[in-house]
Amino acid sequence: MTGPERKDTAEQEKSRGTRSSRGSRHSPAATAAGRVDGGSPALEARGLSRRYGRDSGLVRAVDEVDLAVPAGQALAVMGPSGCGKSTLLHLLGGLQRPTEGQVWLAGRRIDTMSERALARLRRDTVGFVFQAFHLMDELTAVENVELAALLAGRSPGRARRRALHLLDQVGLAGRATDLPSALSGGQRQRVAIARALSNEPLVVLADEPTGNLDSAATLEVLRLFEELRTAGQTLVVVTHDTRIAAVADRMITMRDGAFADDSRLAATATGAVHGRER
Amino acid sequence: MQDVVLAMLAKEPAHGYELRSRMRGALGPLGEAMNAGQIYVTLTRLGKAGLVTSERADGLPDRPDRRVYALTPAGQERVTAWLAEVNWPKPDLTEFHLKLVAAATARLADPVALVDAQRREVMRRLRDTQRAALDRSVDPVAGLLLEGVVLRLRADLEWLEECERMWTERGRTGRKVPQ
Repeated sequence: MTGPERKDTAEQEKSRGTRSSRGSRHSPAATAAGRVDGGSPALEARGLSRRYGRDSGLVRAVDEVDLAVPAGQALAVMGPSGCGKSTLLHLLGGLQRPTEGQVWLAGRRIDTMSERALARLRRDTVGFVFQAFHLMDELTAVENVELAALLAGRSPGRARRRALHLLDQVGLAGRATDLPSALSGGQRQRVAIARALSNEPLVVLADEPTGNLDSAATLEVLRLFEELRTAGQTLVVVTHDTRIAAVADRMITMRDGAFADDSRLAATATGAVHGRER
Repeated sequence: MQDVVLAMLAKEPAHGYELRSRMRGALGPLGEAMNAGQIYVTLTRLGKAGLVTSERADGLPDRPDRRVYALTPAGQERVTAWLAEVNWPKPDLTEFHLKLVAAATARLADPVALVDAQRREVMRRLRDTQRAALDRSVDPVAGLLLEGVVLRLRADLEWLEECERMWTERGRTGRKVPQ
């Protein structure tokens, strides 16, 4: 699928070194691409693989993927269900260990890190947003949001202030003392986004954040992600919802565990919307 | 364009510049692309066709944007006919579909790569339109138009996904069966 006929358009903007390429696993290009604008990438992976089963039942969920996500980039990973995008997200966030390959989070290699050190690094640098929200039912909205900060050792006063500030930012200042059961799906996901931000993460990883939402609630979440992107928050969203993917600056299409396409969507000036409609 | 300009004059006679700003207001961010001169060209044509009349406004220089335009009875009739007309633009997917078929048949290019390139372009448009639609300052009526564009682009992306599935599958079986 990577034949010479693929260099068909001038604006292809193939990212250098992000395509999974067998045989060149330690491609230095991958690193160079992510590091162009200073410092190490927020996230980096080389030769990343995750396999399940064996012999005829072998599944290559993620198959020798190279990736560098520079700080401040908003990346969407799209692809049909079963293409490996959720597994990729779990590997990048240190929720699962790769079968092969290396992962760096905030410049630190995590695939060989102890469980304990990894848990701490995750807590300090990653905010997760899931399709099913994963809020604690018996805690109020503000308690859900401040929990991560409390676990990270922040003082209760400081954690509460930040949690209230974040709830205000996601438009839920008035619902702070509500239990999740009293909130709509869109409101729950906004609480979950506030929670993901409570530790001021280097990177927010989101798995189908709009997957359980109706279109009005999707719009609220789109707005929030758009605000995060504008504020320079590093984002990785795996999704098959084209709306949330369209928030990103860069889009990767996955097929069968590998990157089939990688493009930068930025490059258009703001307000260029009219020039593109025919 | 002609019908639209006529319909906007149906309520009452208006200056050229009023028509222009009304139209821009209704189009929101998409109206920024409107060519400033286009509406006057249209008004001149409508005048020649006897569908509008215009007169010079008192105390203003005689320029197309300063004239006051009004519908003639023929113009009125045309507006009524236009409103009753049922017309809907057809999305033209035929050309791209045939491009994929031709590319695969002649082995000129990988159809899946063509789908990827197309998706990049549509995603870019979706992104730009969606950004404009998410802007809270957009007037809700103008926002409705943006929402329509977003929905159509999403439908195109869904179709491209189907194309991808089909041509990926074909590519696989094609490789398995040597000719």
